[in-house]
Amino acid sequence: MRLAPVFLGSLARRRAATLFSFVAILLGIALGMAVHAVNQAALAEFGRGMRTMAGTADLQVVGPRGGFDERLYAVLAARSELAQASPVLEVRTERIGGTDALRILGVDLFAMGAVTPALIPRPRKIADRSDRDARFAVLAEDSLFLSASAQTALGVAPGDRLRVYAGSQPLELWVAGDLPGAPDDRQLAVMDIAAVQKQFSRLGQLTRIDLRLASGVDERAARTALDPLLPAGVLLEAPEAAVDQAANLSRAYRVNLTMLAAIALVTGGFLVFSAQALSVVRRHTELAFLRAIGLARRQLFLWLLTEGALVGLVGGIAGVALGHGIALGLLKLLGGDLGAGFFAGLSPTLRFDPWASTVYVLLGVGAGVAGAWFPAREAAAVAPAQALKSNDDSTLSSGRGFPMLGLAMLAASLPACFIPPIQGLPIGGYLAIACLLAGGVMLLPTLASMLARAVPLRGPVPVRLAAARLAAAPGQSVIAATGVLASVALVAAMAIMVGSFRDSVDVWLGQILPADLYLRAGRARSSLLDEGLQSRLADVPGVARVQFTRHESLRLKPGQAPVALLARPVSPNGRELPLVGSARPAATGETGIWISEAMRDLYGWRPGDRVMLPLAGVEEPVQVAGVWRDYARQGGSIMMDLADYRRLTGDVSVQDAAIWLTPGADGTRVGKALKALGGPGALEVAFSGEIRARSLSIFDRTFAVTYVLEAAAILIGLAGVAASFAALTAARRREFGMLRHLGLTRRQIGTMLALEGILTAGVGILGGIAVGGAISLVLIEVVNRQSFHWSMDLHVPWGALVWFASMLLALAGLAAVLAGRQAMREDAILAVREDW
Amino acid sequence: MNRRACLIALAGLPLTRALAATEPAAESSNHEVVFDAVLPGRTLVFPGDEGAHPGFRTEWWYVTGWLTLPDGSPLGFQVTFFRVRTGIGEDNPSAFAPRQLILAHAAIADPRLGRLRHDQRAARVGFGRAGYATEGARVWLGDWSFEQTGERYEARVNADDFAYTLALVPDGPPMLNGDEGFSLKAPDQGNASYYYSRPQLQVEGSLTLDGHRKTVTGHAWMDHEWSSAYIPEGAEGWDWVGLNLDDGGAIMAFQMRKPDGEALWASATLRSPDGRTEALSPEQIAFTPVREWRSPRTGIDYPVEWRLRLGTRQFILRPLMDDQELESRRSTGTIYWEGAVRLLEAGREIGRGYLEMTGYGEKIQVG
Repeated sequence: MRLAPVFLGSLARRRAATLFSFVAILLGIALGMAVHAVNQAALAEFGRGMRTMAGTADLQVVGPRGGFDERLYAVLAARSELAQASPVLEVRTERIGGTDALRILGVDLFAMGAVTPALIPRPRKIADRSDRDARFAVLAEDSLFLSASAQTALGVAPGDRLRVYAGSQPLELWVAGDLPGAPDDRQLAVMDIAAVQKQFSRLGQLTRIDLRLASGVDERAARTALDPLLPAGVLLEAPEAAVDQAANLSRAYRVNLTMLAAIALVTGGFLVFSAQALSVVRRHTELAFLRAIGLARRQLFLWLLTEGALVGLVGGIAGVALGHGIALGLLKLLGGDLGAGFFAGLSPTLRFDPWASTVYVLLGVGAGVAGAWFPAREAAAVAPAQALKSNDDSTLSSGRGFPMLGLAMLAASLPACFIPPIQGLPIGGYLAIACLLAGGVMLLPTLASMLARAVPLRGPVPVRLAAARLAAAPGQSVIAATGVLASVALVAAMAIMVGSFRDSVDVWLGQILPADLYLRAGRARSSLLDEGLQSRLADVPGVARVQFTRHESLRLKPGQAPVALLARPVSPNGRELPLVGSARPAATGETGIWISEAMRDLYGWRPGDRVMLPLAGVEEPVQVAGVWRDYARQGGSIMMDLADYRRLTGDVSVQDAAIWLTPGADGTRVGKALKALGGPGALEVAFSGEIRARSLSIFDRTFAVTYVLEAAAILIGLAGVAASFAALTAARRREFGMLRHLGLTRRQIGTMLALEGILTAGVGILGGIAVGGAISLVLIEVVNRQSFHWSMDLHVPWGALVWFASMLLALAGLAAVLAGRQAMREDAILAVREDW
Repeated sequence: MNRRACLIALAGLPLTRALAATEPAAESSNHEVVFDAVLPGRTLVFPGDEGAHPGFRTEWWYVTGWLTLPDGSPLGFQVTFFRVRTGIGEDNPSAFAPRQLILAHAAIADPRLGRLRHDQRAARVGFGRAGYATEGARVWLGDWSFEQTGERYEARVNADDFAYTLALVPDGPPMLNGDEGFSLKAPDQGNASYYYSRPQLQVEGSLTLDGHRKTVTGHAWMDHEWSSAYIPEGAEGWDWVGLNLDDGGAIMAFQMRKPDGEALWASATLRSPDGRTEALSPEQIAFTPVREWRSPRTGIDYPVEWRLRLGTRQFILRPLMDDQELESRRSTGTIYWEGAVRLLEAGREIGRGYLEMTGYGEKIQVG
């Protein structure tokens, strides 16, 4: 007997329900797949870039962003442990009159060959230059070698001139050739190291030394021998470390997105469950008949599972395809970090990963099978004789749920929140979220019956009928409501979390940007404002007060991403900082620093602790005075008073200036006057309002992906309502026929259905908002804290939630009516007669 | 290993005399850089002039010779240190400023291998990685060096597949080439160098081949030459020999070749066993190819055997082995032949030395 048409054909007969289940699984898989594919593409590209950079280096000497003393190179190059030491001075700049960033690596051609062959420049013979010029082009002070894609991006070719910023001064270079080993990096350029030191005023400094170990020397031996030679704040890193650091930084973000996709997938599983459960009820006579004519219980069970699996499989395959499509679009629109800023400047290409794709298809199948499991077991458990005799469709779950287990799950979520992060991932938080969701679902029937009892049995007939149905047969409604609960919980949680986050960032921006105007030396990070310029800034009419900031990055621990150091005027009690907790000003004679929450979590520093900071190559003792909130730097940041920084390092240069205007001064005019102090385009001035708006738009961009997920969740939730009602109304054709017989108009039945939809969705929405609120707390207090080390203040967007809930209610009613329309259209008499 | 890869970018940087000496015909764009000029009438002073002359554009210490292994079998060896003043970064205070470069090249001609082993390095002067001394012969690049202590030189080379440390002791005062060390490269005085040779260097030292260290002895030749304007316009390549005669005498001869193979200029110095030297005028010198060998790698024909006429004497130059071609198209793009040769007079071997031939393939790639 060929059973496939019997079972799988049933999927085709209930097209709407199947379609919704399919769409839900498709969306869940597609989103998960997209997040995975984009991240893999970005990481692969980042890793490839790093390998080009690091070449065959066994170890790299890295230090603060400002670089370290070049004499270290002479010390290292003479060591017998090393086969080669290749010094590198990296500067970032940009083209004058454009926004094209350039990363210029100053290299010693004679030392790099064995270590980073991909970066070897290839001079191009330029027609009007002599042979000797061409021969020495690689050494010339004004020649720049651009990767092929950088040439394309900048629209230049060998022989062309290119003007870039060197500090606040313009510098004219000529494109002397390309980098045959690294054609793909759009920002990469190579110059001679002496030329970079001179032209960018970085004499005596290096930012990196790539090391090749002598044969027979292993990494550990080399570290033991070389570590004592390094000044404070300069470390030996394995070249892979940067890739790992990037992966670690972006991992929490990626896992969070994946978890959201997983919730979508779970919702899809719910949909399969509700569709299957109702379908099984509808077909109970048919299934009983099959059992009676000899289909084994186990076979029936397997066939019903296969129905779910098929939906999951098709949804999974389509989801993987759609996911890659979404990933492609996201890469184009938002870049490899989905807008989060981890991989700036990369142009990753999407690659099809057969293993991951298989896993995602299997996840889809799993969701389908899991959804079909319970109904299939129920159907298989029914005794055929009894089922054939009875036309009762109440075999569906008793409808009381598992309130005690649900309560237990809810209770269990609390301790889960206290589990510390595991490898930087908030596993406990996710566990708590899962407990909350499961608990909510299990308690939903109880909630539904409570709600039904609360509805007064008065008013027009359709209202009373709808309420009575919810009270009498909550099981069926609950199935529809679970999907709603899951999606509403997701949306509410994300809305509350993102709302709180955005609100906190807004407040934080206000605290961190107190001045009227902000000035910096170009957009290039290595540009500095020298002392002369600093004093000229204060003399501009209309300027009341100027405050400078020095940005530096420090290496505190091997394997850890660099930590940002901000030196600016800070009062001893830190009152101008967005402090978390109370300050503990440094004791007299101590240098106080203010650490971000990430520093507290990653390095375990606490207010009052005495720690060492590597400043200008020397370990300086400082005291932690307090913790401040820093939403800008996930890897950790340290704030110290500018005067302390200058005293400890002797470095008087700065990058930024915060400028307060005198009362009545025209900000635009003062801004122009300030800009005029530098060369054309060398200084950039922005109003704090602009910076704030720009920051918030970046924030919104970062969360764009979560909005996509929320929209998907809403769709899934509505699909759930529609699917359930499509199945329910089909099963209730006899009931509608009876009601028509009793004199109800179609319109009244429609109203009844709409009300039922609204009531059912209402139960789901109420439960969802409750669960979502709890989940948002977990997201804010556990997941965000542990993943990104950011605290935030709770801010519930009530208006948006109420609007969203009402919209969903209306849509649910509409969905119920639409789903039931087909059933209502049938001839009443026929419908009643059908089963007699 | 691709140490040579770094030289791709420097294609055309000097690793032969000819290349080191190649001049741009056009004016360099570095107008402000004035290189010291080679003028007649200067007296070379020793040991001061054994050291570097950084004001000149190019300079080299070029050691070639024959070694004898403990089993009596012969090997050719060559090691050269070039100093190049680039004219770049003269006013750059950076310690990396590439004002002066050191390039080194070393080779072993082993008849049992049938071809050359060779290796090359380059670095800018600074950070103790590479440098030179001005008061005596001392030039180094990493762990390669050529150094003078009293009347004795020492050459150290640690290449990928060979290494040697050789002590080189001269038998007498330097042999001044040309007019008391002023060596013309063309009929007019625009292209010239200061040039002296140390022939008949007694060699002792050790050689490591394939991981086996062996004691070697032999005879070698050292050229020290510096200039700012070397190869004349119209010269396609050149042929050079430095030969130690068994009787204690020595011969240096070279010719600048036009594209048609005719000599544009030639010069030779003959040292007799008693130390007297004689400079020969171009018409007294004739290089005549006797036998050609075609390289299986490059398809280039090299006249590996020559008839050399110096005044009234007729010599035959016969190579230790035919294949002493240096083919580095993948790295520097340079192809030339430089190898150990025997000197025959009247069918009898009377000396040994080195022959260098450039410009036989495609015109030497520059830039």
